[in-house]
Amino acid sequence: MSTNLADPQRLATPPTFQAVSLSRRIKNGIATGLVWGAFLIAIIPLVWVLYTVIQRGFPVILDGDWWQKSMSGLLARQQGGGAYHAIYGTLVQGLVCAVISVPIGIMIAIYLVEYGGRSKLSKATTFMVDILTGVPSIVAALFVYTVWITTFGLGRSAFAVSLALVLLMVPVIVRTTEEMLKIVPDELREASYALGIPKWKTIVKIVIPTALSGILTGIMLALARVMGETAPVLVLAAYAPFINYNLFDGPMASLPLMMVNERNNPTAAGFDRIWGAAITLVVLITLFNLLATVISRALAPKTK
Amino acid sequence: MAKRLDIKDLNLFYGKFHAVENVSLAVPPKNVTAFIGPSGCGKSTVLRSLNRMHEVAPGARVEGKVLLDGEDIYTSTVDPVEVRRTIGMVFQRPNPFPTMSIRDNVVAGLRLSGMKDKKKLDEVAERSLRGANLWNEVKDRLDKPGGGLSGGQQQRLCIARAIAVQPDVLLMDEPCSALDPISTLAIEDLITELKKEYTIVIVTHNMQQAARVSDQTAFFNLLGVGQPGQLIEVDDTEKIFSNPSQKATEDYISGRFG
Repeated sequence: MSTNLADPQRLATPPTFQAVSLSRRIKNGIATGLVWGAFLIAIIPLVWVLYTVIQRGFPVILDGDWWQKSMSGLLARQQGGGAYHAIYGTLVQGLVCAVISVPIGIMIAIYLVEYGGRSKLSKATTFMVDILTGVPSIVAALFVYTVWITTFGLGRSAFAVSLALVLLMVPVIVRTTEEMLKIVPDELREASYALGIPKWKTIVKIVIPTALSGILTGIMLALARVMGETAPVLVLAAYAPFINYNLFDGPMASLPLMMVNERNNPTAAGFDRIWGAAITLVVLITLFNLLATVISRALAPKTK
Repeated sequence: MAKRLDIKDLNLFYGKFHAVENVSLAVPPKNVTAFIGPSGCGKSTVLRSLNRMHEVAPGARVEGKVLLDGEDIYTSTVDPVEVRRTIGMVFQRPNPFPTMSIRDNVVAGLRLSGMKDKKKLDEVAERSLRGANLWNEVKDRLDKPGGGLSGGQQQRLCIARAIAVQPDVLLMDEPCSALDPISTLAIEDLITELKKEYTIVIVTHNMQQAARVSDQTAFFNLLGVGQPGQLIEVDDTEKIFSNPSQKATEDYISGRFG
């Protein structure tokens, strides 16, 4: 229908919908450009790091020996050997740390969410956890050094490393578990109380199972994080080129420590081992993250 | 089974806030008592005080007596867990346990109180689901999660869960407010069935519902914002809806206010 310009009524009422104005289109263009730019700036280093690590490390870990042998008896410039001793160290130190941190972290979170309320102890605990979250790993390592080695006179060992990692892991677990417990609706707790189920049993049998998938994801991510920590292994454990199964005594390798150690090795063999250890660490952490996803999917409350 | 409740001079507080003032009321056994009144008048608060759920909220406090067949549930020697086992509750929004199957939801109260006999539990599950008119709809998928049912089915599942522990009294806090008319009808029929065995107290915003299902109706009102809620009158449902003795009740049920 053509507009009748002679009709004053039509001119007086503008159409309801108008085209997007030029200024809005310009602003939209600028904002889109900025967001894309930020995305690219964030993604470039990530891709670059991954590319470098894979390009230099991948050939090293293709060798079966890498996963089965240690560096025992090899000279620095000799090719060959493997990272078995370091993988073992990283996994064992991480797992021992998790075994100590998980119960502590989960129980603190349960106290904060289910019992603490707005009490002074609860506020103080939250404050402490906040501080602990911000403690750099080197500080945690030096603290354990002071207590474990200087004060108690015990030797440097893998267990001391695990203790330092506990300080880093507990706040992360408390935080994630707390968040997960908070999103369990109060209606479920009330439904359980109304059936005559005591509070502790409600927490153990209703609240925790409902939040379990999120809690486990948090634990796995925290574990992945502490496995890459370098400061505690540098301060608290000496490097050993061979396998040491003893947690409490003697030097024990780990992947970050192996990388630091091989950096002093100027030969091509050392260069290969650094990148091999790097990609091995990335692969281990990726595996833990994948495992976290799988477990959380399997345990998440279902509707079908 | 079904016991009577006597509420005597009940005053309820949230911290410093006086939520409900001087409620006295008798709930006869095998009878449906409806609580009606405008939002915020304290009817849900009174209901929650009848099985000691009121005190779950931080700072909540109770004065007065609630007698179950003459026994005060607020005596210091009484364990609130025992009270809640004896006086069950169904909530406004259906809240099945998301990690449990339909069968486990129904028997949750018994299983978590330590009953292990699987055969007995299965019997209870069937009896309770039949009691909640849900058995025929779910008998082929008892191992499926309770969260997969429709809203109305979930609410009947919650009723089955509440009656599985065989309480003496069943409290219902607006059990149909989140449901469609057909599910509401199913629940109302169920309430009529259940009153043969249970003493029921129901809070509802729907006056037709109160008129349909209850034998006795209590009208609560609020004199003003920040004032405590009060029980205005309680009488036979028929009388309340045809010839209430208080002007405020008449105004409320005829829709002139509230």
